[in-house]
Amino acid sequence: MRKQFPLRIAIVAAVFAVSAWYLYPPKKTINLGLDLQGGIHLVLGVDVDKALEAQVEREGDTVRADLEKKGIGVSRIERRGSAELVVQLASTQTWNDAQSVFREQGGFEIKEADQAAGRVVLALRPKEAATLRDLAVRQGLETTRNRVDQFGVAEPSIVQQGDNRILVQLPGVQDPERAKALIGKTALLEFKLVDDGVDAEAAARGSVPESDEVLFQRRVDKETKTEQKIPYVVRKKALLTGRDLATARVSIDQNTGEPYVSVEFNAAGARAFADLTEANVGKRLAIVLDGNVHSAPVIREKIPSGRAQITGGFTTADATDLAIVLRAGALPAPVKVLEERTVGPSLGADSIRKGLLSTLTAALAVVLFMLIYYRLSGLIADLALALNLVILMAAMAALHATLTLPGIAGVVLTIGMAVDTNILIFERIREELRAGKTVRGAIDAGFARAFRTVIDTHVTVLVSAAILYQFGTGPVKGFAVSLAIGILASLFTAVFFTRLVFDLIYMGPRRVESVSI
Amino acid sequence: MLQIFVNANYDFVGKRRWFYGASLAAVAVALLSVAAHRGLNYGIDFTGGTLIQVRYDKPVTVAEVRQGLDELKLGSAVIQQFGDAREYLIRLAESEQKSGELSARIQGALGRAVGAQVEIRRVEFVGPQVGRDLQLQALYAVLAGMVGILIYVAIRFDFRGGVISIVALAHDVIVALGALSITNREMSLTVLAALLTIVGYSINDTIVVFDRIRENRGRGLRKGQTLANLVNGAINQTLSRTILTSFTTFLAAFVLLLFGGEVLHDFAFALVIGVITGTYSSVAAATLVMDWELSGRTRAPAAAKLSVKAEEVAAKKS
Repeated sequence: MRKQFPLRIAIVAAVFAVSAWYLYPPKKTINLGLDLQGGIHLVLGVDVDKALEAQVEREGDTVRADLEKKGIGVSRIERRGSAELVVQLASTQTWNDAQSVFREQGGFEIKEADQAAGRVVLALRPKEAATLRDLAVRQGLETTRNRVDQFGVAEPSIVQQGDNRILVQLPGVQDPERAKALIGKTALLEFKLVDDGVDAEAAARGSVPESDEVLFQRRVDKETKTEQKIPYVVRKKALLTGRDLATARVSIDQNTGEPYVSVEFNAAGARAFADLTEANVGKRLAIVLDGNVHSAPVIREKIPSGRAQITGGFTTADATDLAIVLRAGALPAPVKVLEERTVGPSLGADSIRKGLLSTLTAALAVVLFMLIYYRLSGLIADLALALNLVILMAAMAALHATLTLPGIAGVVLTIGMAVDTNILIFERIREELRAGKTVRGAIDAGFARAFRTVIDTHVTVLVSAAILYQFGTGPVKGFAVSLAIGILASLFTAVFFTRLVFDLIYMGPRRVESVSI
Repeated sequence: MLQIFVNANYDFVGKRRWFYGASLAAVAVALLSVAAHRGLNYGIDFTGGTLIQVRYDKPVTVAEVRQGLDELKLGSAVIQQFGDAREYLIRLAESEQKSGELSARIQGALGRAVGAQVEIRRVEFVGPQVGRDLQLQALYAVLAGMVGILIYVAIRFDFRGGVISIVALAHDVIVALGALSITNREMSLTVLAALLTIVGYSINDTIVVFDRIRENRGRGLRKGQTLANLVNGAINQTLSRTILTSFTTFLAAFVLLLFGGEVLHDFAFALVIGVITGTYSSVAAATLVMDWELSGRTRAPAAAKLSVKAEEVAAKKS
């Protein structure tokens, strides 16, 4: 390593050039974390069991249809737990025919069979259940992505985390409340007939027919701000759902000036809608979103156009967001916000300012200290430190790593620790000089002896950085990344670069009597 | 040239019982404080809950903030000034799901109570399940950190060195936790990151001294030199480096404490404490090598193995 100056200079120059290239222009290359630029970090838990239940209930309808097609009477089919169907046959006479139908149900296996009672319990196969759960999460991911895309966020990140969690990161969102509401909404749209034969007030107190359910319409009085809940008795079975929609958009009512959402069904949906309106003229159709009745207009005539309106005292933002979620589709299962970290833009700007201030102050303090304590050698170490910071920033830009507030702390800490290597080497050189070695001998020995220790200290810091990265969440990961890169860069700058400069100054052809250290 | 500790020759080994006493006392105080506070003061990262940072456009008092909150009847809320008198942290134990709605309601109520504009600067909500997960993860992280370092030191030096390093690390972490507990600071994810950094940093210092002990031992004991002399020599030779690098790192951490802002305050505090204990423990741990070695020597000849190993290394080098 003693000579080969051209090669070594070329390496340093190349590293510097590549770093500079990655860093230009600085504003565009370094990714700022959510805590610095403001934004939302959400962890959503997908309630996969709910998705499973919904699927099992749909399968229950299929089983009933299959049985009835063969003329087998069914008195009851109901879901038990999240993955079982209990089938009660109308008569035990049909037992054998029914068995063959059950065996044809691919996703289910017969768990219990009681011929005397005419009762069969079908259980979803574990593999099928696992597939459905997985599908629910993936659909949830897809739906969330669609919604965020339509909402318009620059560089969102939406990824699966663990088995059933979705991590959503939306940098620079100005209105976090709205974004959260948009993402968290299940958006299950259902059209259900109102059962006018039952008194709604009485039903709300308890007596509901088996095929019906009580849903509420929430109305907030604009003056008193109090919430009213109006009960409706509706048929459990949804006649149409959000799946039958082709599109949804916001319109403004010409008379009231209130925004509403107009929806358009796809071909099959439009036909079903026409049939259902024709068959139920005079009855009321409840438009239900996530279990809440939005409105329940009376069907006046057959509607062949396949268009409907959802009204209900929306603000423009409400209506826009509802249209977005209807277009993007319902979530296959309800999601729950498990974790949220929202940083307003002003706090982010504050953090950047304070981060810069502390980085610069720390750098200045350390640079001055090294200069005063080690003089020319200190200056070399300071140059190495500057190079280290350039490489660190460039590496973060190249790796598309994210700079977070703890990440800035990592940079500050790197400044403190990066000179450690140089101090280690310089102290060793001083020691060798005191032991009576020549300048060149002392430099050689100092670098050589300190090197082992340098490696040891670097590896231990890397180990802890790796563990931080493995176990940490967003901001802490950022800290681990900047710490690890800084430490690796310091191997290059504090050892390779410093040695090169020392060699250039002291190992030349002329005699050297003293060293400024 | 500026120099500190030139030809330092302090008798660290002779005074090691003082170190052990001081360390035991510090650990005892730390544990007592944690016990007196009924365990660590876990932040919402670990317990679950909601944290909202608000900023008024004029200075207000804690009472005025509380007055605004009372209107919403949210249950017990902890209100804490954060930086100047315009900025406050509100902690709610209740982990309300619709935190979006919640922060909007809080913004309105706080503003109405004092007739000021209120800005919601930060909302953190951690559900109970995530909190539990994070708590477990934190435990794993610290344990994995220690095991990783134990393995590394055991490979590079010997098992004994590894164990002593871990003892030193545990000491540093406990003292840092104690300092956090005494000053009523919260255990958050960033503080945990600081603790893990302390782990990495402290071992760094310890290794430098260990390396020197090994190097000196590789040369063999000179006539009349005792093991105590050798260990003392190693500590003294590295003393200036230990103090200097600790000083630069301390400088950086201290700057963070001063200028890093409120969000990083606890993090920087833990680092400052960690740098101090890490430096101290690297010296104290080296003296521990001494004691273990001596006790091993009187009990079993197996302890000679380490010296043999060291001599082999020396032979390879030359």
